[in-house]
Amino acid sequence: MKGKRLINISKVIGKYLFRVMTLLLATSIVAFVLVSLSPIDPVQQYVMGAGAVSMEQRETISEYWGLNAPPTERYLNWLSAILRGDMGVSLLYRQPVARIISERFINTFALMMTSWILSGIIGFVLGCVMGICQGKWVDSIIKRICLVLCSVPTFWLGLVFLLIFSVWLGWFPIGFSSPIGIADTDVSIWQRLYHLVLPALTLSFISFANVALHTRQKLIDVLESDYVLFARARGNDTWTIMKRHGFRNILLPAITLQFASFAELFGGSVLAENVFSYPGLGSAVSAAGLNSDVPLLLGITLFSTLFVFLGNFIANIIYGVVDPRIGEERPHGQAIGD
Amino acid sequence: MDKQLAIKTSGQMFSFNRRVKTVIISVILLGIIIGVFIAGFFIGDDAMSVDFSRKGLKPSWEYPFGTDWLGRNMLLRTVKGLSISIMVGTIASAVSAVLATIIGVAAAIGNRWVDNVIVWLIDLMMGVPHLVLLILISFACGRGLTGLLTGIAVTHWTSLARLVRAEVLQIRSQQYITISRRLGKSLGWILLHHILPHVLPQFVVGLVLLFPHAILHESSLSFLGYGLPPEQPAIGIILAESMKYLTGGMWWLAFFPGITLVLIVILFDKLGENLKMLLDPYSAHE
Amino acid sequence: MCHSNLPLLEVDNLSVSFRMYDRAFGQRDLKVIQDLAITVNSGEILAVVGSSGSGKSLLAHAVLGLLPQNATVSGRMFYKGKPLDEQNQRKLRGSEIALIPQSVTYLDPLMQVGKQARGTDKSPERMRRQRKVFQRLNLTRQAEKLYPFQLSGGMARRVLFSTAIITDAELVIADEPTPGMHLDQALEALSILRELADIGKGIILITHDIDLALQFADKIAVFYAGTTVEESPVADFIKGPGALRHPYTKALWHALPQNDFIPIDGFQPYAGNLPDGCLFAPRCPLKTPECEAGNPHMRKLRGGKVRCVHAT
Repeated sequence: MKGKRLINISKVIGKYLFRVMTLLLATSIVAFVLVSLSPIDPVQQYVMGAGAVSMEQRETISEYWGLNAPPTERYLNWLSAILRGDMGVSLLYRQPVARIISERFINTFALMMTSWILSGIIGFVLGCVMGICQGKWVDSIIKRICLVLCSVPTFWLGLVFLLIFSVWLGWFPIGFSSPIGIADTDVSIWQRLYHLVLPALTLSFISFANVALHTRQKLIDVLESDYVLFARARGNDTWTIMKRHGFRNILLPAITLQFASFAELFGGSVLAENVFSYPGLGSAVSAAGLNSDVPLLLGITLFSTLFVFLGNFIANIIYGVVDPRIGEERPHGQAIGD
Repeated sequence: MDKQLAIKTSGQMFSFNRRVKTVIISVILLGIIIGVFIAGFFIGDDAMSVDFSRKGLKPSWEYPFGTDWLGRNMLLRTVKGLSISIMVGTIASAVSAVLATIIGVAAAIGNRWVDNVIVWLIDLMMGVPHLVLLILISFACGRGLTGLLTGIAVTHWTSLARLVRAEVLQIRSQQYITISRRLGKSLGWILLHHILPHVLPQFVVGLVLLFPHAILHESSLSFLGYGLPPEQPAIGIILAESMKYLTGGMWWLAFFPGITLVLIVILFDKLGENLKMLLDPYSAHE
Repeated sequence: MCHSNLPLLEVDNLSVSFRMYDRAFGQRDLKVIQDLAITVNSGEILAVVGSSGSGKSLLAHAVLGLLPQNATVSGRMFYKGKPLDEQNQRKLRGSEIALIPQSVTYLDPLMQVGKQARGTDKSPERMRRQRKVFQRLNLTRQAEKLYPFQLSGGMARRVLFSTAIITDAELVIADEPTPGMHLDQALEALSILRELADIGKGIILITHDIDLALQFADKIAVFYAGTTVEESPVADFIKGPGALRHPYTKALWHALPQNDFIPIDGFQPYAGNLPDGCLFAPRCPLKTPECEAGNPHMRKLRGGKVRCVHAT
């Protein structure tokens, strides 16, 4: 039975991986078509914008893009280069796109993970509180706060935090993930953390409301379920019910939701990084779009898509491994309940 | 017998009151929104006029939202900005809602192939972070207002399309549709007379509930520098400009435009919830 | 055991209504149980029979105080002579009064059923007892480790059944415990209930299977449209319609396959649409204008109870 379940789960994973591949391929086509549609011709802009490009560089570029070639050929050129690991050179930063992404991703990753964990914990706890106190004033107050937070633009919340904590209280620096004028290697982990706090706080404030409201609804469903009614019939109090049935049944959906929220997290980090001049992928992608840095724009698009799919993938796996209902078949068919 | 009757009437009175209350609230909400929009429409150059004699003033009775570093009246700029946001939001949501309805209906009444393609398309759109997709589309359109409108309009249809699809699938399976077909009515006739009228409430509510998303994305894109040209006082642009002056303590430049934007978004949200309650009382009952 | 004259559970004049929200925001109270009365003594099995929608399960939930927030309960309930108020219910639930619920949805989908059967008691004694009960119910050791979705209908019923047998409850309310079980399993389950009754516990057996009830119960209460129309000893059912009291009970008897197999005409009225007088009047062969003057009171008659002005 265990072996069969493993096979079933790996089948699910295989199917999902195949779908991710096709979706990634489609994303690359769509993204390429979009930048090609742009009245700002990517290749011309690239060559012209770069200003003092040596003949040698110009050749590298035209080789990379297949200048003057029909769009399909250009796309295939680009795709094969990407598959070889060559994402081109950023016009804006004058560095290989792959290197920019790998360097900046560390910053973005630190930012996103901090707020991801923070928002997950805050959201889950608040959701549980609301669910247990459903209909009481605690519930309605927290719920209202969450609903308002859903209407607050990320960047404005960032500005408000900046005003309160940096300008008024002076607790935090105004921008840049490391102090200016100090070589990158000399920056201590504390200094990095210090610069991470406000953007991470902004990002978690934007996303915990969603987790909280979702957890609340799930918990209410669980508390209204027949099995909780039965637990009460057996004399269990609310806390025992939470321990035995509540967390067991709401933790999984909450974690899955968190993993499936990578897309919004990335979008939020674009805004938060711009407010706090945080040198991550988010500030790079908006700069790339504004400065017509096509290789970087395409590179980050693909990378962020991969990141989102990875989140969904992990969500699926967790569900498959933890939830006993996935990948198992009923021994006696459908003969359950009435 | 008498007692029962009394309970029934009071029940109806109650429901009547609730309905009227919901209608009144909806009208007030709509009124505020339209008021802000029209007010912004009539604020012409006043929002732009530079006057160094009053630069950097704190909020006061004369200038409730203060003035900026060029002495421009922030209240006028904010109202103008909200008006622009409402306009962009209206156009983009309307296009998006129409798209969603067409796609949703197509998915529901088309063959399996169409349905699969649409589901795949939705998956594809969910895969790219929304803001990155908006940046790409804006870039494709050469940035500016066109890019902003296109981006928001073509990326917000997914959730409403799903709702419409489910609704149409449910209507389609009902008996009177089958009878209608047997009677020899064409698919187009059925669509127009039986299906679309049922989808209309979903469409209206979906349209209003798209607004908050559209406006938030509009302001985000404007903030990042895509979208409207810098001389237009869109809220996103006002806030992006304010960043340079926050260190100087001019907090009102960021605070008021942002909080009024949040209020407008909440107003739209409330309006949507109220309409939902009026058009579909079952779903609104918690 | 406790052989005082006080009944173990006495329910009198119980009414339950739900506050419902109507289409156009309207709000009204829907009376689903009215004037319900039953008595259970220690050492006896009371079978509660009636078609679905007659309020059988709600009675179980009302006794345990498990009705949802929008329910209003009135009437009197006594457990061993003490009023069953909210505080008492909370104290007695699980320890003195145990429920056997009616469907697999009462099991947590993400918890192994052995653990669920044992409940919060983690002692080895409890474990031994659970294994014994499982064995008796023909559930294997492997079954302990299964999740509810892996159980067949009959297995799920037996697991639910075991949850009450494991406790030392004085009163067991079994809500349709047997459907889905094979006949021999059902008989085994009910004989366990019989044994419990024989050592002095009180059992309420809610069922729509009158046959099984006749085999194991001592008394039968007949429910109709949210009220009790008759409570009588099992012997009267076996004797036949002559010994029975209420026209509905007689009709039920005639409807049994081994008797005349004649179904009753008409339908049970639903809550919110009840007739003003006797609830059975619209379908009753004995109907007179007197019957419409209000729902008759439950009265004692020939060692049983009946709610009918014509019964003799």
